Amino acid sequence: MEQYEPDRLSPAQEAAIRRSLRSGRAALSRRALLRASAGGALAVGGLGALSGCGIPAAGNTQGGVPAEDHSAEEKSVTFSNWTEYMDVNDSGRRHPTLEAFTRRTGIKVTYTEDINDNSEFFGKVKPQLAAGQDTGRDLIVLTDWLAARLIRLGWVQKLDPARLPHAFAHLSPQFRSPDWDPGRAYSYPWQGIATVIAYNKKALDGVEVKSLSDLLDNPKLKGRVGLLTEMRDTMGLTLLDMGKEPEKFTADDYDAALARLQKAVDKGQIRRFTGNDYTADISKGDFAACVAWAGDVVQLKADNPDIDFLIPDSGYMMSSDNLLVPNKARHKANAERLIDYYFEPRAAAELAAYINFVCPVEGVKDELAKIDEDAANNPLILPDKAMQAASRAFRSLSAEEETEFEEKFAKLTGA
Amino acid sequence: MATVTQAPPVAPAPETKPPRKPRGRGRWTPYWLLLPGLLWLLVFFALPVIYQASTSVQTGSLEEGYEVTWHFAAYWDALSEYWPQFVRSVLYAASATVLCLLLGYPLAYLIAFRAGRWRNLIMVLVIAPFFTSFLIRTLAWKTILADGGPVVDALNTLHVLDVTAWLGWTAGDRVLATPLAVVCGLTYNFLPFMILPLYTSLERIDPRLHEAANDLYARPSTTFRRVTFPLSMPGVVSGTLLTFIPASGDYINSDLLGSTDTRMVGNVIQSQFLRILDYPTAAALSFILMAAILAVVTLYIRKSGTEDLV
Repeated sequence: MEQYEPDRLSPAQEAAIRRSLRSGRAALSRRALLRASAGGALAVGGLGALSGCGIPAAGNTQGGVPAEDHSAEEKSVTFSNWTEYMDVNDSGRRHPTLEAFTRRTGIKVTYTEDINDNSEFFGKVKPQLAAGQDTGRDLIVLTDWLAARLIRLGWVQKLDPARLPHAFAHLSPQFRSPDWDPGRAYSYPWQGIATVIAYNKKALDGVEVKSLSDLLDNPKLKGRVGLLTEMRDTMGLTLLDMGKEPEKFTADDYDAALARLQKAVDKGQIRRFTGNDYTADISKGDFAACVAWAGDVVQLKADNPDIDFLIPDSGYMMSSDNLLVPNKARHKANAERLIDYYFEPRAAAELAAYINFVCPVEGVKDELAKIDEDAANNPLILPDKAMQAASRAFRSLSAEEETEFEEKFAKLTGA
Repeated sequence: MATVTQAPPVAPAPETKPPRKPRGRGRWTPYWLLLPGLLWLLVFFALPVIYQASTSVQTGSLEEGYEVTWHFAAYWDALSEYWPQFVRSVLYAASATVLCLLLGYPLAYLIAFRAGRWRNLIMVLVIAPFFTSFLIRTLAWKTILADGGPVVDALNTLHVLDVTAWLGWTAGDRVLATPLAVVCGLTYNFLPFMILPLYTSLERIDPRLHEAANDLYARPSTTFRRVTFPLSMPGVVSGTLLTFIPASGDYINSDLLGSTDTRMVGNVIQSQFLRILDYPTAAALSFILMAAILAVVTLYIRKSGTEDLV
């Protein structure tokens, strides 16, 4: 501890001196500085500047813009995908199917898992694509509705069917012609995503659930039901449950479905609207039942035998994540080659065995059985005839509808 | 002059020369030194704010583009539509700040005056949560507060949850997906921002002041009230600001620990900007939030009278 030194300044004196220096002429006083910078800011940000900043129209009316394709001289392709959406070897660092592709074709794949959320990714690439610049990516994977928006805006390139023989031959019928990309001119599905109902047997404690109505109405499940923030999945299942067709519902149908959900929210039936994080809630039993993605349910079931899923009699929603080549991509031909590769049964089976989503490729059953017998017989991975028949899709929305529906849905979720 | 008796100076005159009148180039030195910072502010703060101000008065759509139409009604619409979320943000952030102060002050006091050789270790423990990501730390609370978990069971047995449910802080016999969980998450996540400034200002207090107070027959409580606390005010003020400001804009805690009736303004801005693609409303909401925080903070600093110290 310091001793008292008479010639040392006390803290109060030091402060006084500092204060006098600060407010003295020599110093740049805070007030003067604030005044100067405020003046500067005003000068820069005058009203003229304000009105100068509009945002130009995002759409690109000429349709996809092909860039010069450097595929021949640059043997590489940049592939952006979601996290945990690719097979990995035991060490977790390498992707066997991608390596096999490189061995066969000599095309080096730069694989990045930089897509976490459709909306966020759109926010990230929007400035570049709207300005007609290269995003640095040759291949991206986006869910139906965002793929549809990018096609509508003219931000992705038309694919060359001549370079996609396997994809054309092996694409499952249920994915062949979505209404937002008839005949798959711009996109090919990476994986299908079935939206079903998952439940935790232990948490249900004998309560029987058979449909979404049970989740929304049964008072025994009050505060223990989860729905997804992904508007199309939650609303699609609700529309089905009410006997409407998600392929051709009207705005009134939508409002009615919304009102139905609002009622459940108001009486405290719904615990939360979630993104991917619902998996923790259902496996811990905080959710007794929830709307869930089948690929997750396969995983959860493997880790926790209490978890199971059900396909409501009214059907389930099927969407897909789609491979797209953005405008100005430098290696379009290489990207197409990679798309085609994943429609070969062997590669598709290896991928399906690892990631457990709905495989959009036909004729993989034998290949998959060689790797994993259980997976080959799992209708959530390779849908059988009955599963395929129960699969429904959400119709594509116009820009105005999209804004209106998303806004109403956001209100339902509290924001 | 030996006869001149002069009392020993209690406080010797400061050994600084009288302020020199700056001349020529020297006068500009402070500005040159500030240039990098000012440029940074201009590019990463002033310009985005102007851009945002412009966005907030535009109308249009993604397809057709946006044009400045001086549509100031966006502010009024946003406020009248989303005022409950604003009120909630202020309420939750204020509750979390008060809780942080109540929890953080004793801990900072302990570290500053009583911890001895444990001081560094405790400081590391306070900062340690920052070594993991904000998201992971918040998700951990979902495990801690899980239904039927030990914490919730204990609270249920003690009938604490009956009281909080009556107050509207929780719902039924659970803590997760209620306002209480969100406030707990905010408190936990921002606690270090309270403790660190508190510690710095407590640590600067001369222990001899405590001895002096003791010598003057002040009770420990009086010492705290008249000496320690007033001297730690700068820490209290900066701690509360560092907690309140980010907490009122936070949306992660409400998203993961809350439910539909706990959404804060951050959640609204996020969904307006990313999902609904209504950029003008998102910008207007951000501006209202900034203005509200600025007003609250100005009022607070005026009231606590420590304008010079923060």
